[in-house]
Amino acid sequence: MARSLKKGPYVHYSLEKKIQQTAASGKKSVIKTWSRASMITPDFVGLTIAVHNGRQFVPVFITENMVGHKLGEFSPTRSFRGHAGARNKGKK
Amino acid sequence: MARIAGIDIPKQKRGVIALTYIFGIGRSRAKEILAKAEVSEDTKVSDWDDDEIGRIRTQASSYTIEGELRSETQLNIKRLMDIGCYRGIRHRSGLPLRGQRTKNNSRTRKGKRKTVANKKKATK
Repeated sequence: MARSLKKGPYVHYSLEKKIQQTAASGKKSVIKTWSRASMITPDFVGLTIAVHNGRQFVPVFITENMVGHKLGEFSPTRSFRGHAGARNKGKK
Repeated sequence: MARIAGIDIPKQKRGVIALTYIFGIGRSRAKEILAKAEVSEDTKVSDWDDDEIGRIRTQASSYTIEGELRSETQLNIKRLMDIGCYRGIRHRSGLPLRGQRTKNNSRTRKGKRKTVANKKKATK
């Protein structure tokens, strides 16, 4: 179910603070965050955000198209390398 | 013979049904179109006169249908793939997008079963 419009998009408060700080300072530093559930708002565009995937921070450069998605969508938590034997079969 | 929205030629069927042969028009839209064009739902396509066809055409063109709709959905999918989000990745790898299980089933997305030769038997 969609989130109530009354509340507005969810952005973790500390992340929001950091976004505003970097926007104010104009520096392009990578912001680390664990807040995968935060929605990307138009303020994020042009920044690089390192989103935690449970193991490491995946740097994500935010473009205009990404607005409205959640940060976690860009930082996959699983890495599927293919089934065993699939590679051998491909060689033949 | 009636050509509506380019190439579609719905056959000797009732108006509502015939219109659903157009991609992007289902039962409810077909009903709407016929109501606005003031054509009875039950008249066969072959019994439409040119005037009625004209009105139906103008009504139908108010929706995005056929090629336009197809390209729109393709663009939406392409956008997801380009930004590299989870749904885009799933589109690329041809797997279901909405968290369905992939251990079994989801054959629509995965296509025909690919049998792996010499697969070990479980619990020997």
